[in-house]
Amino acid sequence: MNPFTIAFAGNPNTGKSTLFNLLTGLRQHTGNWAGKTVITAEGEFTHKNHTYRAVDLPGTYSLYSNSADEEAARDYIIFEEPDVTLVVLDATSLERNLNLALQVLEITGRAVICINLIDEARRLGIGINVKAISKRLGVPVVAISARSKIGIDALLDQIERVATGAFTAQPLRISYSDEIEQGIAELIPMVEQAIGTRYPARWIALRLLDGDDSLITSLKAHMGRTNFSAAKEVVGHGVTACH
Amino acid sequence: MAGALIPLSKAVNGSKLVISGIEVQGVLRRRLLDLGFVVGNTVEVLRRSPLGDPTAFRLSNTTIALRREESELIYGTLIGGGNE
Repeated sequence: MNPFTIAFAGNPNTGKSTLFNLLTGLRQHTGNWAGKTVITAEGEFTHKNHTYRAVDLPGTYSLYSNSADEEAARDYIIFEEPDVTLVVLDATSLERNLNLALQVLEITGRAVICINLIDEARRLGIGINVKAISKRLGVPVVAISARSKIGIDALLDQIERVATGAFTAQPLRISYSDEIEQGIAELIPMVEQAIGTRYPARWIALRLLDGDDSLITSLKAHMGRTNFSAAKEVVGHGVTACH
Repeated sequence: MAGALIPLSKAVNGSKLVISGIEVQGVLRRRLLDLGFVVGNTVEVLRRSPLGDPTAFRLSNTTIALRREESELIYGTLIGGGNE
């Protein structure tokens, strides 16, 4: 059986790599994805009867600001379609960290939120209601400390649920202003016509409205690889429609 | 001076403001939003570098330095701190 692919996303300095190293041990090597020159780490681990291929994405605050790192992380989550996207958050700075979590969850519901450094947060007197956060976000949320090896088994159990499809969630749907929602409604049929229903049409429509040129470039490059017919032209219409 | 609407570049050290508007455009705007410069968030002016620019700001439990080019395009309402 093929291993499940787990993409590790998170802000810089959230202990993402500590967790990655803990899970993969020394069985890792640097990866270099097609069409990108960003080097990152890949490794394998097993939990119960399943094998997982872990991919450590670049640490970013966002998927929108158009640095090479953020583009690489975004493109991996959209086009490589990992079985699970694990979003690692810093428990001591949740407000800033949840920004990235929301961005990932708008793309995919196949995600697990991992709140790392929970021991550090407790030391600082920060209480975190994991259940409430999970309810609001609609995906499993686990508090851990990679450094102190707290909560790792619970995290792996949740990763297993999402990877095997025992737990499924739709991408998080955030309601925007009427004007934006109307724009999304107009663009979604065009997006689906251009690239099919495989990718998150609502999210792509949102990015088109935002004038995200870098996403359009990535879409075109990706469609060139997988040979969608007439797709470029239709995406072109979408771009015009949002200006 | 509490209640006045001023650009962050004009706020004195130690003052606290609630952000009310961001005129920065383009990729940098997105970047600032991602770092917590959003309407309604509280920002504290920590200190200025020896030549007066850039200035260190504290928000969302993080310290971020901005040049005058950006900080004069972010507006906030003074809610306290500073010498006035």
